[in-house]
Amino acid sequence: MLETIILLPAAAALLAGLLPWARLRPLLVPATALAHLVLVCRALPAGLPGTEYAMLGIDALGGLTLLVISLLYAVSSLYAFGYLRCHQEWDNRIFICCLLLFLSAMSLAALARHLGLLWVAVETTTLVSAPLIYYNRNKYSIEATWKYLLLCSVGIALAMLGILFVAYADLKGYGEANIQLDHLIKNGFLLSRPWLRAGFVFLLVGFGTKMGLAPLHTWKPDAYGEAPGLVGGLLAGGLTSVAFLAILRAMQIMTAAGQQAIARQCLLALGVTSLLFAAVFVIRQHDIKRMLAYSSVEHMGILAIGVAVGGLATYGAMFHLLNNALTKGALFMCAGNIHRHYGSKRQCEILGSLKVLPVSAGVFLAGFLAIAGSPPFALFLSEFTILRGIFNTGHPVLCYLFILLLVVIFIGMGSTVIPVTLGPTYGEEVESPRYRDTLLTAGPPLLLLLAVFGLGLYLPEPLRLLFENAAAALEVPQ
Amino acid sequence: MANVVNIILVAVILLNFYVLGTSRLGACVQAVALQGALLSLLPPLVNGWSIHGLGLAGGAFLLKGLIIPWLLLRAIRQLRIKREIEPRIGYIPTLVLGTVTTAAAFIFGDQLPLLPAHLHSMIIPTSLATLAAGFLMLITRRKAITQVLGYLIFENGIFVFGILLAEAMPLMVEAGVLLDMLVAIFVMGIVMNHINREFSSSIDTDHLNLLRE
Amino acid sequence: MLTHLLAHLLLLFVLPPLLAGVIARTKAVIAGRRGAPLLQLYFDLWKLFRKGMVISSTTTWVFRAGPVIGLAVPVLASLFIPMGGIRAPISFAGDLILFVYLFGLARFFTVLAALDTGSSFEGMGAAREVTFSCLAEPTIFVIFIVLARISGSFSLDPMLDSLQNHIAHPEAGVPLLLAGVCLFVVLLAENCRIPFDDPNTHLELTMIHEVMVLDHSGPDLALILYGAAMKFLVMGAVLVSFIMPPHPASWFMETAAFTSGLLLLAVVVGLVESAMARLRLIRVPQLLVGTSLLSIFALVLLLR
Repeated sequence: MLETIILLPAAAALLAGLLPWARLRPLLVPATALAHLVLVCRALPAGLPGTEYAMLGIDALGGLTLLVISLLYAVSSLYAFGYLRCHQEWDNRIFICCLLLFLSAMSLAALARHLGLLWVAVETTTLVSAPLIYYNRNKYSIEATWKYLLLCSVGIALAMLGILFVAYADLKGYGEANIQLDHLIKNGFLLSRPWLRAGFVFLLVGFGTKMGLAPLHTWKPDAYGEAPGLVGGLLAGGLTSVAFLAILRAMQIMTAAGQQAIARQCLLALGVTSLLFAAVFVIRQHDIKRMLAYSSVEHMGILAIGVAVGGLATYGAMFHLLNNALTKGALFMCAGNIHRHYGSKRQCEILGSLKVLPVSAGVFLAGFLAIAGSPPFALFLSEFTILRGIFNTGHPVLCYLFILLLVVIFIGMGSTVIPVTLGPTYGEEVESPRYRDTLLTAGPPLLLLLAVFGLGLYLPEPLRLLFENAAAALEVPQ
Repeated sequence: MANVVNIILVAVILLNFYVLGTSRLGACVQAVALQGALLSLLPPLVNGWSIHGLGLAGGAFLLKGLIIPWLLLRAIRQLRIKREIEPRIGYIPTLVLGTVTTAAAFIFGDQLPLLPAHLHSMIIPTSLATLAAGFLMLITRRKAITQVLGYLIFENGIFVFGILLAEAMPLMVEAGVLLDMLVAIFVMGIVMNHINREFSSSIDTDHLNLLRE
Repeated sequence: MLTHLLAHLLLLFVLPPLLAGVIARTKAVIAGRRGAPLLQLYFDLWKLFRKGMVISSTTTWVFRAGPVIGLAVPVLASLFIPMGGIRAPISFAGDLILFVYLFGLARFFTVLAALDTGSSFEGMGAAREVTFSCLAEPTIFVIFIVLARISGSFSLDPMLDSLQNHIAHPEAGVPLLLAGVCLFVVLLAENCRIPFDDPNTHLELTMIHEVMVLDHSGPDLALILYGAAMKFLVMGAVLVSFIMPPHPASWFMETAAFTSGLLLLAVVVGLVESAMARLRLIRVPQLLVGTSLLSIFALVLLLR
């Protein structure tokens, strides 16, 4: 059952590679994505396998990540269908293969119970997403692809070193090196302390590079800035969630070993640094996609802070994972639409797009409000929960710093988004037929934003239970 | 047996120095290939002749010693480059740094809290020294292909450390790791080709500075 | 004792031109030529000693002193090293420093003699020679430290004599091998062999050592050639003691083994010279620094 979730997109990728008709290939993407979503929803209520040596298994954390990925991918796949129709002159075989393999690799990472398998899955996501970033073949995107590939590969290699250190901790403490997750959690208190701590630091640095926590985020603005909107959304929503899951697995091991305090401090440091960097760089950011990249850094920081503080804030972080993914997906897709219409992503060349692209620019504007944390969108609820958690555990300074940085980011982002969407229109004396909003390219972002809006008003009980179970997995077992 | 292992590990470190000091790209690739091939002999020697060890050795030899170098040499031929340009800190400072980090690895390696069986073996210092050499190459070299070679040396260092922990990774996962490396080099080769085409026949990464704040 | 000393001096004075001849003959054979006779350098020395000298009027006594010291130094230095079964005539703690700096003295006077002529070619060669020797010096010292640590003594005679006891020792095997390789590179550098300097070049701009002796003629030139060959023998003797077999019964057998080791070394140098080309001048410092770092690595391996 779980293997099907992973193998189905891989088989579809193989089929896409072999299919000779370029017009039929884009159909595979939404078909696979919807089938994947159905499978995930059916697999979610199942529990843990129970044996210590299973390679695949679904628990609350993995299940939450899988749900987030699948939802975002399903809606993005509809957009992908429309997007590929816009660019029929480009060869889409590699793009579609890599897109489907991307889903497969992310699912494998969410379902892996063995650290080595998790590593293989995350590295595969890096490798298959590189061609996706390079889809619009120009010198900027090749530079972005190179930086992304090299930085993330080195980061993942460091994560492998961390995994080996953890294995050595097991060898020294328990007597045999076994990096299956359940085994490590069960025998956590036996693991050798110095090796485990060193391993955690390397895991944090390695997967933190993948997630985009500052100061390891330098590839993010370039990669998200030059990738197509669809790819940017999938990376910002899906891949970061998977990398975050990997860090959470490391947190689980540290908690089981009694080292939770140290792990939380490290994560808190990275989280606050991310917020600071995002706040500084999002001001006067003229490129809309780079601005969204820094917003992604900000939200990764918020997630890290949420988990680092613990208690109620962890629940908030789990809720935030879902919200961030959906909103980022919507924002990136709209940014892609705007970019396609104007042929540029710089603020000075895009002004007042609301008049020409009502749906896209409207969703972009609403998405900006959502991502900055204003009610009634769900992000307000999740960030507020995290703030409450911070206040409950008695960190008032952190609380005020958090609010201050969020305000700064709101102002910074607003100074870019508002001229782009509202105000007088620029450059509409056009000759050639420009891109206009169609159902398939404007519908999915609208759908995602409505979902975020809906979640802000009403949280379904199964979802709430999932968030609670996920948060409980990160706490010390009572 | 311990002697042969030690000789192989010293040869690995000597190859590190060679790669740090040379500017001929073909020689660099061949040295890294030789390093990978030597390292692939280590698992059966250290951990005994089991199916797992032999399978890992065979796979690593095939991939690191033959296929990946072939891919890189093909990339060098397509890009028509033969020499690296002066690295950011010069060859002699790079060599000196490499020696300093190797010496530090040997001194520091003995201070680590190791299992008694591993305490006097050379595996951990070699692993740390190779990691440092790979990292040094990654950050000081200008051409994209030498950065890829630095990444390969970095991965070799991690492989050396992983030899001590053979039972941690089942054969399937280890095969996945090797395959990932192969695909990584393949993708990097393609990207380098595109860089070469975009930036008028040069893979000098100093040209990749168009994206900035 | 006296026989030992006589044998030592006999080896020292008779063997060097033969070594030079072996190197030249090896290169010729590899190149497919017949080459000069093995004893060619003997004939050359005999010829040169009977010739007259032309001395430039701009030179002083330094010009005459250079070749003399160039011959006297290897003779003195050889008194500190063992040759096979023959123990070193003079030996005291710390004599290895005197050994290295005797050659420094010879180099100093050669360079002075070259600068004394006032010619720009010699000055250029002198600058290069001094630079390369500067870079090779740390290597020699680190190698001697490695050897001292292995043998436990700080004097050349006991140090080189006991190496065959340690070469089979696993701890010392690899550092010793690395030290041997570094010493071979230093041997090539100090004796102006390819890849550092081409002894057969006739283009002054590419010369390093030959250009310094460009203005010498007659007996002075003979002294220089003889002294260079003797320097090769003395430095080669240090290297050959690395590969000497354990003590056989008689000192005669051991000395015979030593001599054949020297001849083998000459053949190896000839092979290396045939296989490589001279390095570009900017690569030479890189190679020499790389060699010193390699010797430092050998020391690190030994000390752990």
